[in-house]
Amino acid sequence: MASASAGVPRQPARDVAGLGVGRALGFVAPAMLLIGAFLVFPALWTIYIGITNYRLTGIEAISPSIVGLRNYTDALNDTLFHNALWLTMLFVLGSAIIGQNFLGFTLAWVMRRARPVVRRTVEGLVLLAWILPSTVVAYLWVAFFDRDGGTLNSMLGTPGTAWLIDYPMACLVIFNTWRGTAFSMMLYSSALQAVPPSQLESARMVGASGWQTLRDVVFPHIRGHVLTNTLLISLWTANDFSPFLLTKGGPNHESETVPVYIYNVALQGGELGYSSAISFLLLIANLLVSLIYLRLLRRRS
Amino acid sequence: MTYVVRRIGFYVLICAITFFFAVPMLWIASAPFDKNPGLGVHWPDWTLDNVRKTLDHPYALHSLVNSLLICVATAVAVTAFAALASYALSRVRIPGRDALLYGLLLLSSVVTGTAAMVPIFVMMFQLGLIDSRFGVALVMTGGLLPAAIFILKDFVDAVPKSYEESARVFGASTGQILRDVVLPVARPGLATIMVWAFVNAWGNFLVPFLLIRSIDKQPAAVLQQTFTDEGGSANLSVIPVFALLFSIPVVVLYLLVNSRYGFRFHGGIKS
Repeated sequence: MASASAGVPRQPARDVAGLGVGRALGFVAPAMLLIGAFLVFPALWTIYIGITNYRLTGIEAISPSIVGLRNYTDALNDTLFHNALWLTMLFVLGSAIIGQNFLGFTLAWVMRRARPVVRRTVEGLVLLAWILPSTVVAYLWVAFFDRDGGTLNSMLGTPGTAWLIDYPMACLVIFNTWRGTAFSMMLYSSALQAVPPSQLESARMVGASGWQTLRDVVFPHIRGHVLTNTLLISLWTANDFSPFLLTKGGPNHESETVPVYIYNVALQGGELGYSSAISFLLLIANLLVSLIYLRLLRRRS
Repeated sequence: MTYVVRRIGFYVLICAITFFFAVPMLWIASAPFDKNPGLGVHWPDWTLDNVRKTLDHPYALHSLVNSLLICVATAVAVTAFAALASYALSRVRIPGRDALLYGLLLLSSVVTGTAAMVPIFVMMFQLGLIDSRFGVALVMTGGLLPAAIFILKDFVDAVPKSYEESARVFGASTGQILRDVVLPVARPGLATIMVWAFVNAWGNFLVPFLLIRSIDKQPAAVLQQTFTDEGGSANLSVIPVFALLFSIPVVVLYLLVNSRYGFRFHGGIKS
């Protein structure tokens, strides 16, 4: 996804191996069949399931009936869905737009002038947080926040504080900042290389402060990257299922972001029709963000 | 003077960030080899007993084998199908190609695992593919393919066409060109995409969590979460070693790709 720089072909296609359109279609077909069956079809089918009262068990499981837009009108009045939307906004704002963005940029900015050993060590740690399997990372944080033996309580001298129960959203925001900063760090590292050193030099000559240099010299060069990075990490964060791994949405829905809500409604509550309607809303939101993202990328290239 | 203050501030900042990233991770380095492992980080009382206990656990090794089966199948399928598709899309002007590429690009970010989990669950349920490792591999392959095609197409676009042209001049058939010219040249790209697909499938929790019911078919990602849900003290001699064994392949593959081809890991489908 990240490398998919822009949908524009760099050079006109020339069929050098003599494949021919027929065989080329044969080459593309298996991939398209799999994508069609396991990605496109489910996405479209959400629309249909979303207008039925299909359930996991009971009579509606055997013969679901069409209920029109009732699932969507229900969603409008569903306080738990509003709660999920609000928490997802908090999660995205806190951990992606603020957390990952700022920490990623700070790391990229600070590490420019660090010694190679320091730089490699710190970047290695940040990357490790990103590449470890999500369930392992979730366990590490559940252990870190644990009420009885957790490292956080022994560091702060606050034994018995149940962080994941008392402050679930704050924990998730810190967790996801830790987990995802690597991407922003790498993106900003390469973006900063495009800032001409001569301009930084002249900023220093005229005695600009660090903040002024950032605002007037660096930021204009990386503005596009800030925007696209923010869109991409916001999209990923809004769709992230890891909150489920840490808190399952609890206690009492206090950390139930939209993906966790969809899971809980669909597989705990068994309301497949209603959860499909909400999934469809999430798909639409993803589509809008992606369209804006791709448009921005195209304009830049 | 200001220089010294700045320098100190610089190192304090670096130390704080390092501390933030390192502390939660220290546990996975110390607890596996500790005689009395707890949830908190402390200097271990070294032992290898936990490793033996983990290997004796009825499901620990089994789940890693399941992960291996699912991920090898997924990685091979993704690489093979994405290679064919990306080559054809790069070299042949198929009608509607640009629209197709744009659609793939959109798909790779729009249809996420969480947005599609309900219809995928319902579909696999009706197909009778619940509790099937093959079904899990199919869903993961479908999910990873759009991004894989895109990354590989970028790669193939950058491969000069002169090799293929000269092979053609010397009378090589299309099959020969693909096998003896294109395949060797594209090997770094194929290796990268295979590792990328493997790592993504290895860490994927949601798909097997939705689709696999019986514990003897669970991959490691799901078993790891079962351990978490059972609560801390349940099995502390097994969990740390298991988490370490489960993480090592990802780290090794990352280091391998990084040292051979430079950094080419992509976000891909998270969750």
